[in-house]
Amino acid sequence: MRGARDVSPARRDVRSHLAALSAVPALAMGLSAAAQAQVPHPWQMGLQAPHSSVQSEMQSLNTFVLWIIIAIAAFVAGLLLYVIFRFNHKRNPVPSRTSHNTVIEILWTTVPVLILIVIAIPSFRLVYYQDRATHPDLTVKVTAHQWYWEYNYPDQDGLDFQSYMIPEKQLKPEQRALRQLAVDNPLVVPVGKSVRILLTSGDVLHSFFIPSLGVQRYAIPGRMIETWFDVDKPGDYYGECNQICGINHDGMSIQVHAVSQADYAQWLKDAKARFSETLPRRTARVQLAASR
Amino acid sequence: MSVTTHDGHQPVPGSGHVAFERGHGAEHGHADHSHTPANFFVRWFCSTNHKDIGTMYIILAIVAGITGGSLSMIMRAQLLHPGSHIVPNGQVWNAIVTQHGLIMIFFSVMPALIGGFGNWFIPLMIGAPDMAFPRLNNMSLWMAVAGFFMTMMGLLWGTGSGSGWTLYPPLSNGTYQSGPAMDFTLFSLHLSGISSLLGAINFITTIFNMRAPGMTLHKMPLFVWAQLVTAFLLVLAIPVLAGAITMLICDRNFGTAFFDPQGGGDPVLFQHLFWFFGHPEVYIMILPGFGIISHVVSTFSKKPIFGYLGMVYAMIAIGVVGFVVWAHHMFISGISVDSRAYFMAATLVIAVPTGIKVFSWIATMWGGSIEFKTPMLWAVGFIFLFTVGGVTGVVLANASLDQYLHNTYYVIAHFHYVLSLGAVFSMFAGFYYWIGKMTGKEYPETLGKIHFWMTFIGVNLTFFPQHFLGAAGMPRRYPDYPDAFAGWNYVSSIGAFISGASVLVFLLVIAITFSRKPTLGANYWGEGATTLEWSVPSPAPHHTFEELPRLR
Repeated sequence: MRGARDVSPARRDVRSHLAALSAVPALAMGLSAAAQAQVPHPWQMGLQAPHSSVQSEMQSLNTFVLWIIIAIAAFVAGLLLYVIFRFNHKRNPVPSRTSHNTVIEILWTTVPVLILIVIAIPSFRLVYYQDRATHPDLTVKVTAHQWYWEYNYPDQDGLDFQSYMIPEKQLKPEQRALRQLAVDNPLVVPVGKSVRILLTSGDVLHSFFIPSLGVQRYAIPGRMIETWFDVDKPGDYYGECNQICGINHDGMSIQVHAVSQADYAQWLKDAKARFSETLPRRTARVQLAASR
Repeated sequence: MSVTTHDGHQPVPGSGHVAFERGHGAEHGHADHSHTPANFFVRWFCSTNHKDIGTMYIILAIVAGITGGSLSMIMRAQLLHPGSHIVPNGQVWNAIVTQHGLIMIFFSVMPALIGGFGNWFIPLMIGAPDMAFPRLNNMSLWMAVAGFFMTMMGLLWGTGSGSGWTLYPPLSNGTYQSGPAMDFTLFSLHLSGISSLLGAINFITTIFNMRAPGMTLHKMPLFVWAQLVTAFLLVLAIPVLAGAITMLICDRNFGTAFFDPQGGGDPVLFQHLFWFFGHPEVYIMILPGFGIISHVVSTFSKKPIFGYLGMVYAMIAIGVVGFVVWAHHMFISGISVDSRAYFMAATLVIAVPTGIKVFSWIATMWGGSIEFKTPMLWAVGFIFLFTVGGVTGVVLANASLDQYLHNTYYVIAHFHYVLSLGAVFSMFAGFYYWIGKMTGKEYPETLGKIHFWMTFIGVNLTFFPQHFLGAAGMPRRYPDYPDAFAGWNYVSSIGAFISGASVLVFLLVIAITFSRKPTLGANYWGEGATTLEWSVPSPAPHHTFEELPRLR
C-alpha cells in the first residue's frame, strides 16, 4: 500500500485543472470577501472545491461513487415503476405463483459484490493515502477548547496562539458573507507544503473539519491524533467544529490562511513578536528563548 | 366464521404461507367467550394479555412520536433562517437534539415495531395463545413507560442533557453536564434497556417454544423471523449499552474515571462500547420493518414471497455482520488505518443482504396483481426510500469519504432516509395493514392515501436537500449556520412543516377509524393474506388459539 501514497505528476495536473474550474463558480457568486476564500455557496449541491491532494482524490472518488449510487437508485426506481404499471391489478388480474428463480437470486447476490469491489479498490488506496504525511514539511499542534482553537508551532520556538470566531456584531462590512466562519487569528501555513496536524483537546470532544482541504479528525482529551493536508494555492479555507461540544458548538470556526513561503517566513517573524507579548500560554522553550 | 384462506394449493416451502386446518369447534367468534376483565384498572394496568399490551405499546409510540416530532418542529423552525433565536441558547438546543434522537429511537420506533406489532402479531402468526411470559411482558411495558417519563425529565429538568444522543463523554460527564438531567437520561436508557431485554427474552422463548404444531422454522412468517433476529440483537447489544452507561453514571456520581483521561480512562472506550450497541440498534429498528413490508407486499401482490429462504438468511446475515461493523461510526476518532480499512470492508458487505431483500420485494411484486391500498403505498414508498438511504450508506461506508462527510448533514440525511422514511414508513404500513385486525374497524381509505402522499412529499422535501447541505460541509447539531446554507435549510424546514401537518391527518384517520362500527371480517384483504392472524375474527378476540391450529 506504500506506493499508493505517491501521486503521479499527471494526477497533479488534473487536480490543478479541477481547482481552476472550481474557482469559477466562486467568482460568479460574487464572494469577494477574500481573494481565494473557500466557503460554501448558496444552493451548493456538491462537495466544496478541492484545494489539497487528499481532497481532490476524495472529490474524484466521490464523483465515481455518486454515479454508481445514482445508477443503482435509478435502476430500483425503474423496476418499481415497471411493476407498478405492468403488474397493476387492472392490467394483470391473475397473479403468477412464482416464488423462486435460482439464476436471478445468484445474480442479485454476486453483481452487488462486484460493484462493491469496484468501489472498494480505489477507496482502500485513498484510506491509506489519507492516513499521514510521509514527509511532513512542518507540524502544527492543534488543541481544541470550549470554544476556540489553539495553534502551536513546535518547530518555531513554540509559537502558540488562540483563534476565536469573530462574533456577528464585530464583523467588518466586507466580512458579512463570512458570518459564522471568519476568525480573529487564522492558522497560517505555506502553500504546497505538507502540513502535519497533531490534534488534541483540552476539555471535551471537538472535531477539526476543513471541507475544502478534505481533513477531519476528532480532538480527544488524553489522545494525540495525527492527520495532514497540503494547500494548493494561497487563500483562506474555512471549516467548523464538527463534534457537539457544548453551548457554543457552532461558535468555533476554523480558518486556514495559506501563503507563499516568503510571506510565511514574514508572518512567522511578526507572529512570534505579536503573540509572545500578548499571550501567557507559552511553552518552556519560548520562555527559554526569550530569556536568552 | 368460516375463514379458510387456503384451499388446494401446496404450501410453498417456507413462504410464511401456510395452509392450516381448524381445530375442532369454533373457539373464536364469540366475544362473550373472550373473558375480558371487566375492571378498567385490572385490564389495562395489570394486563398480561399480549394484545392489550401491544395496544398500549402502540399508544406509547404515538405519544412519544408526537413528542419527538414536536421537538423536530422546533428545530426546523430555528433552522428556517440563519441567525434566529427561537431556541434561547446552545445548551437548550443540544438538549432538544439529544432528546429528539432518544425519544424517537427508544420510545417511538422500538415500542411501535417490537413492543406493539411484535406483541400483537407474533402469537397470532405462530398460533400461540399468548406470549410465553405474560407477567414479564407487563413489566416490559411499564418499564418502557417509566423510561419515557425519565427521558422527559432529562429534557425538562434544569438546562437539560445536551450531550447528543450518543452521550459521548467528556461532554456527558459531571463536569460538563452537571445537573441531574443527564442522570435522568441515563437512567431512562437503563429502564428502556431492561424493558427491551425482558421483551427480547420473552419473544425468543415464545417463538422457539410456542409455534403451532407443524410450523417449522422454515415455515415461519417473515415478520416472526424478523422479530426473532431482532430479539437476538437486543439480547446481545443491550447489555453492552447498560455497561457503558453504568460506567458513565459511576464517572458522574461516584468519582470513577472509566472515560476520564486524567484518571487513566479513555473517552474512545465509551465510543467503542456505545457503537457496539448502537450499530446493531439500527438493525433492531429496521428488521421488524422488513418483516412488515414483506407481508404487505405479498398480500397486495396476491403472490407468495419471492425467495423466502433468501429473505430469512439475509436478515440473519444482516444481524450477524451488524455486530462487526461498529467502528464505522468512529472513522475519525483516531483508530488506526488498518482498523479503518477493515471496518470499511465489513460495512460494505452489509449492502449485499440488504440488496437481496430489496430485489426480493420487487420480485414478489413482479407478475403479481397489485392493488394499491394504503398499506401497499407505504410499502412501495419504503422500498424506494430505503434504497436511497441504503446507497448513501455505501458512500458513508468508505472511510476515505467519511473523512469529509462524517457528522455533516449528509449523515443526517442518510439515517433519516433509512429510519424516518424507512422504519417509520414500515410502521405506518403495519398500522394500516393491521388496524382492521386490531379493531375490526375500517380505516378511511382516501384519507389514508392523503396521509401517505403528504408524508412522502414532506419527508423527501425535508431530507433530500440535507444531502446537499452535508456535501457543502454543514455540520450537524448547529443552531446557527453560515448564510450560504440558508437556501436548502429553508426548503428542508418547509418540508418538515408539511410532514408535521401530515401527523394531524394521521390523528384524523385514527379518530375516524375509531368512530366507526366494527364491520370487518376475519380476512378483509382476501386471497393475498395467508398468515394465521387472518384466520381469527376481526377484531381479534381477547383470547385466541385456545385450541391450537394445526398446520399441514
